Amino acid sequence: MTTTTQTTCPYCGVGCGVTATLDGDNAVSIAGDGQHPSNKGSLCSKGTALADTVDLGGRLLHPRVDGVRADWDTALARVASGFADTIAEHGPDAVAFYVSGQLLTEDYYIANKLMKGYIGSANIDTNSRLCMSSAVAGHKRAFGEDVVPGCYDDLEAADLVVLVGSNTAWCHPVVYQRLMAAREADPNKKLVVIDPRRTATADTADLHLPLAPGTDVALFNGLLAYLANNGFTTDLPGGAEAIAAAGPGRDIQGGDIATVAEAVGVDDADLQTFFEWFAATERTVTVFSQGVNQSSAGTDKVNAIINCHLLTERIGKPGACPFSITGQPNAMGGREVGGLSSTLAAHMGFDQADTVQRFWDSPAIAREPGLKALELFEAIEAGQVKAVWIMATNPLVSLPDADRAKAALEQCPLVVVSDVMRHTDTADLADVLLPAAAWAEKTGTVTNSERMISRQRAFLPMPGQARADWAIMCDVAQRMGFADGFVYEGPAAIFREHAALTAFENDGDRVLNLAGLADLSEADYDYLAPTRWPVTTCQPLRAAGAMPARQGVDQLFADGTYPTADGQAHLVAVTPRGPANAVSADYPLALNTGRIRDHWHTMTRTAKSPRLAAHIPEPFVEIHPADAELYGITDGALATITTAWGQAALRVITTERQRQGCLFAPMHWNDQFASSARIGTAANPAVCPISGEPEFKHTPAAIAPLAATWYGFIYAVRPLWVRAMAGIDWWIKVPGERFVRYEIAGCETPTDLKTTARHWLGVAARDVDWLEAADPAAGTYRAAHVDAGHLEAAVFIAPTPERLPERSWLAGCFTGQAMTEAERAAVLAGRPADASADTGPQVCSCFGVGRKTILRAIKSDGLDSVEAVGRALEAGTNCGSCKPEIAELLSQADKA
Amino acid sequence: MHDNHQPKLDLVVIGNGMAGLRVIEDLLEIAPERYNIIVFGAEPHASYNRIMLSPVLAGDKAFADIQIHDRRWYEANGITLYTGEAVATIDRRRRMVISAEGREVGYDRLVLATGSRPFIIPVPGHDRPGVISFRDITDVDDMVKASENGGKAVVIGGGLLGLEAAYGLHKRGMDVTIVHLMDQLMERQLDPAAAALLQHSLAQRGLSFRMGAETAAITGDDAGHVNGLRFKDADDSTLDADLVVMAVGIRPNIDLAKASGLHCDKGIVVNDTMQTYDPRIYAVGECVEHRKAVYGLVAPLWDQAKVCANHLAWRGHSQYDGSVTATQLKVTGIDMYSAGDFADDEAADTLTYADIRRGVYKRIVLREGRIAGVVLYGDTRDGPWYFKHMQAGTDVSAFRDLLLFGKAFVETGADETADEHDAEAA
Repeated sequence: MTTTTQTTCPYCGVGCGVTATLDGDNAVSIAGDGQHPSNKGSLCSKGTALADTVDLGGRLLHPRVDGVRADWDTALARVASGFADTIAEHGPDAVAFYVSGQLLTEDYYIANKLMKGYIGSANIDTNSRLCMSSAVAGHKRAFGEDVVPGCYDDLEAADLVVLVGSNTAWCHPVVYQRLMAAREADPNKKLVVIDPRRTATADTADLHLPLAPGTDVALFNGLLAYLANNGFTTDLPGGAEAIAAAGPGRDIQGGDIATVAEAVGVDDADLQTFFEWFAATERTVTVFSQGVNQSSAGTDKVNAIINCHLLTERIGKPGACPFSITGQPNAMGGREVGGLSSTLAAHMGFDQADTVQRFWDSPAIAREPGLKALELFEAIEAGQVKAVWIMATNPLVSLPDADRAKAALEQCPLVVVSDVMRHTDTADLADVLLPAAAWAEKTGTVTNSERMISRQRAFLPMPGQARADWAIMCDVAQRMGFADGFVYEGPAAIFREHAALTAFENDGDRVLNLAGLADLSEADYDYLAPTRWPVTTCQPLRAAGAMPARQGVDQLFADGTYPTADGQAHLVAVTPRGPANAVSADYPLALNTGRIRDHWHTMTRTAKSPRLAAHIPEPFVEIHPADAELYGITDGALATITTAWGQAALRVITTERQRQGCLFAPMHWNDQFASSARIGTAANPAVCPISGEPEFKHTPAAIAPLAATWYGFIYAVRPLWVRAMAGIDWWIKVPGERFVRYEIAGCETPTDLKTTARHWLGVAARDVDWLEAADPAAGTYRAAHVDAGHLEAAVFIAPTPERLPERSWLAGCFTGQAMTEAERAAVLAGRPADASADTGPQVCSCFGVGRKTILRAIKSDGLDSVEAVGRALEAGTNCGSCKPEIAELLSQADKA
Repeated sequence: MHDNHQPKLDLVVIGNGMAGLRVIEDLLEIAPERYNIIVFGAEPHASYNRIMLSPVLAGDKAFADIQIHDRRWYEANGITLYTGEAVATIDRRRRMVISAEGREVGYDRLVLATGSRPFIIPVPGHDRPGVISFRDITDVDDMVKASENGGKAVVIGGGLLGLEAAYGLHKRGMDVTIVHLMDQLMERQLDPAAAALLQHSLAQRGLSFRMGAETAAITGDDAGHVNGLRFKDADDSTLDADLVVMAVGIRPNIDLAKASGLHCDKGIVVNDTMQTYDPRIYAVGECVEHRKAVYGLVAPLWDQAKVCANHLAWRGHSQYDGSVTATQLKVTGIDMYSAGDFADDEAADTLTYADIRRGVYKRIVLREGRIAGVVLYGDTRDGPWYFKHMQAGTDVSAFRDLLLFGKAFVETGADETADEHDAEAA
């Protein structure tokens, strides 16, 4: 019996529909949902590998209080009393929630309602602050509301797509695939990629502008001035000021392409081409992502882009809009419920606090914005916030200056963490650890980058004592005495309330309006087809087996009316400014952090999939070859990246894809998977003054070779003991099909490698199932632990990386089967014996000549006597005891 | 090129063992017409492969299997063979040898290949009936006979020969204890780790050990026949024995050479062309001392015989530089290989491989990047390959990291593989 469930991918903001099929043995298989309008059946590598990630390995299955397993009652009581007591003693602003774009809209809604309407503080912020709060702020300045005007269809309809600060091919692969397919269908469509790095996305562009880090405003101001000089005019508010700020008389001579090109660090002719294409192409979509948002000028960058679209009136039309694409599956849903500390609820601000309180009928209401992510952790550090509840996110990895956040949490009186994993860098600091339901077990909705609300449907039961986030929060709320506001039958009821709030006293002043969904029955909710907001009227919404009739509006603002006070869109005058912290003599390089194709966030999910881990198995730093030479580091070696805030030690990749003067390091690796790859510790905590979004794309950094005296790797069927890893200076962990691989290195070679290696692998000294090859003088040591013929673990140590064997052959030894004799003999060599050197069973033991060797020689050299064999191979010429066997082989060969 | 019509010279070879015979074989190959060859052998047999005595004792081979040449071969090659007839005297002035039976044979050239004698520890009772050594086929016959009634055997000496004797007697049904002075077996060829593996493996086969035990006396019954051993220890402990085999080493057999005034030290001293202090007299094999070294293994003997034969054939001046030796233990199912010097000191780099569960151990000692010694246990197939590199003085630095894994991992693509299937099918 198989069952198939339509649900939504939990990774990026593309929001692909997936079908999850359970066969009779509860084995999960995943496919793209052909009925989902966002992906139309496509999935990327991460989505395709989702089935690899739904196992219970490493799952948190029970509540834990103070490091000890506890029952729910104890845990909930501790959270409720902890928060209530703190509020009673220090006021509502002494507590905070730090939530996540991984939460479902229903979870998010409850969190926001509890904090803002019942606790009465706006101290709820989200990891969306780190990825797209600049887009939110930019949208509000330009449109009056955080609204993405277009949809993915616009990318296909556009004649020019400009990707800014977006490695779409890796970070939003299905959108990228749709774009590529459209270009294939119509080769006249042009793609421009604006990114300091020559990414995989840039490879396929018609034009790549590798701008200097942080110069986006200069570039788009230049474009705005160029457009203004070439006949585009606007009467919109702020238009004249924006053009004036961008144009002649300002620091950047907008009309002068050469000046702009120099400021931006790109080729004149390329810049001219881009300006000409943009000016000439009516159907232009500008997609921007973290490369724009994660900046101390992030909001200005967003508006610099939007300015160009407003000036050219390329908004609200098919194939024409500025398009923020989000990083997380439900960053948009979080924005909709108001899960950022800078908004109140349902796209209403604090000026509408009374409205919201009236709707909630709540005892309190937050009337002032709360703490933004970094401010929140600073307040924890300062002791102002004394109780924090972190849900579905891992800030010790994802925040900048992450060790400061760690120190803050370490001294915070109450840290509650809801997560699906037993160990994350953040969960390890929790006073109370609550087991949350994971993707495959959750029921609710998410909203993707194109305003599409999709159902996430559970297809696996919740394991252990795991519970839905909304249910956990409702229980806590009730225990805090807020029973009235937190009794829900299920997620559908929460969704209806959320939809009703968007419609509450909404006379069209808020674009976000889900009035048409406020009365969904349970069944309607269950079968809700992907639906784009706004949804103001009730219509049949069930997916009926075919592509459903879509609700909502594909292109907003087509009528030129905006949810601003004056009903018009606003251009915003912006002036270029450099990154908050400039490079210096001590920190001469610009460190940029970001995603890679096959990992997601802090790897809690993707690291479970060997095929995903295989794409880029190790945390790395990319550097231009000229810089590598300058700083004395080599490709494949290890290097330490140091900033004024922290450091990381990573594998070096030298590549001309990287601009000179820039470094790139992935954001994913953390203390669960590496000793010192948590790049967030090195990122500067500078933020955009408007959005509060951190400047991950530019931290002044220095790079130096890591002075390792030894390198090595370990293969183990089971992960090593944490305590054993503590003794290894540098390590990273790579999941494999039936093993875990560790790359290791150290700055002081252990004197007794044998004892050390046994300690690492947890193999007792008396255990004789231990193979080893030692050359202490050379500093090499290789060992393997074998149990009943099965390879359990292997460790290889050498003074240089080149003296270690290839990893791939060894990986193949972990078959789940007992090793063959040949594999056992070869395992420490790290590679198979040369096949032709297979001598066969020994015939002459004096000279080590085997049966196969003799047979080969008889055949190839035409040997016809025992003496001839002896002359050719020495066989039989010492003790002579094998001569009869050689004679026998000769007669065999003769007969053959 | 010498004159083929020159009258033949008389070459007398004293010793019909492997060394003497090898000189003759080599000589027949390169200068068959040069000499009348006369051979004296003290043993009664034509010739046999002495290093295969252990398999005969163990019953793995019969005496017929290890015979090298029968009398017809000597006849066919015009060699005069006197067996069971030791030479008593060499009259160097008259260039004459005189046998124990009084036969006088003149020589132009003489080769001494008198081999070695087992060393007998001079403890009280060492000459009792039932105390034997392990040197020749007679000893093997005696042991086989003694084992026919089962009983207890004691082998004194945990070296190569002692272990092979012990294993052979065990296979023939005796209850065997090995008594060894040192705490480890084969201390000259093995390091402690390999020796422990070996002892474990032999113990599993049913052999018993008294390690670190020094024999005080060999005791006897009323008839004088051996009945046990008494040890030099605090409580004068004893061990019952129906048979005692002394296998504590060999000494070069130099009595004849010494008596005839040839310079001897530990052995008969020879130069690099295997000549003694009397240039008409050569010496080869275990009786020889060359550059202070005395050998007890077969490989050096081949090298010496070749040089000796060349010189006798007037084939210029190939010379003997000494041998690096390798040892293997001929005990079924036990693979052990040892060669060179594996002492561990400051200047030596020691590489080890161990797979104790599978009974594999390897130790390679490098000096200045070259193999100085190798001990292999359990997997000896690369022994000769290491030995070759050791002899050649190959700088192994380039493949040092794979050295322990042997030829198959270091030499790749050396052979074509396409034929393999055919060859196997054949």
